Amino acid sequence: MKLIINGEEQEVTSSTLSGLLDELAYEHDFLATARNSELVSAEERASCELLEGDRIEILSPMQGG
Amino acid sequence: MLEFYGEVISSRLLLGTAQYPSPKILSDAAMRSGSVILTVSLRREAAGTGAGGKFWDLIRQLNVRVLPNTAGCHSVKEAVTTAKMARELFGTDWIKLEVIGHHDSLQPDVFGLVEAARILCEDGFKVFPYTTDDIVVGERLLEAGCQVLMPWCAPIGSARGPVNPDALRAYRAHFPGVPLVVDAGLGRPSHAAQVMEFGFDAVLLNTAVAKAGDPVAMAEAFSKAVEAGRQAFEAQPLDPRDMAVPSTPVIGMAVFE
Repeated sequence: MKLIINGEEQEVTSSTLSGLLDELAYEHDFLATARNSELVSAEERASCELLEGDRIEILSPMQGG
Repeated sequence: MLEFYGEVISSRLLLGTAQYPSPKILSDAAMRSGSVILTVSLRREAAGTGAGGKFWDLIRQLNVRVLPNTAGCHSVKEAVTTAKMARELFGTDWIKLEVIGHHDSLQPDVFGLVEAARILCEDGFKVFPYTTDDIVVGERLLEAGCQVLMPWCAPIGSARGPVNPDALRAYRAHFPGVPLVVDAGLGRPSHAAQVMEFGFDAVLLNTAVAKAGDPVAMAEAFSKAVEAGRQAFEAQPLDPRDMAVPSTPVIGMAVFE
């Protein structure tokens, strides 16, 4: 399945958002996620089923002014 | 006593965390500033780097409050979604709301700002809006539910200081009971002292410290300036006069002819 992950198209096998984070080797504790511009909380990731073409954003803390 | 959304704040200097030469200098500058509120942001994380986690560990060691921002957002939707992700990530309902209108001036899109503020306040956020010195916009933001206003004094990162001091004075006078933070455009400690003398409650700055030759020393300089400006405001400074007034008494002057 092709997804747009942080702006880049990728071919993945996972069917849920939590599975996707495992597949891509992200550290779960310091992430916020969104699917198609809507927040997906940490508790919702396991039940968040992915569909072809979904736009996934995976964000983490960074410096800001 | 300064309060934001009912919470007592012990330092009137809010400091940004971007652009420092190193994490160590950021940490040292933050400690030297005495600030108890640091602004942070969130960005796309590259898989396997853990970069965000390392930064977050550094901030948590400073034992301060964080004020996440929506920097770089150009639409209401972007800002609202980013704010929700920030609440999830940082565990705070405080949000420094930025809805940017132009890439070059970084001027707030005040129409989008008011709309986003209304959505977020209704959702329980405690919104700190980055706005202009337009009083009507300030009123709209209060109506939307904001309890703090953060007008700029010059464009972000410009280091120009208060380019329209009369507007800032009028802004302060128009919102006597509202916590006001000058956010963006400060370049030197004297700028911070100036707006604090006007009666602003706090300042928020980043570039002026981070890009100074010695950010740690500059953080302390701003801290002192903010404190001095506040003390001067409370001491009720003189208004300027057009004509000279002798400071030495003239009564009893000897007459020599």
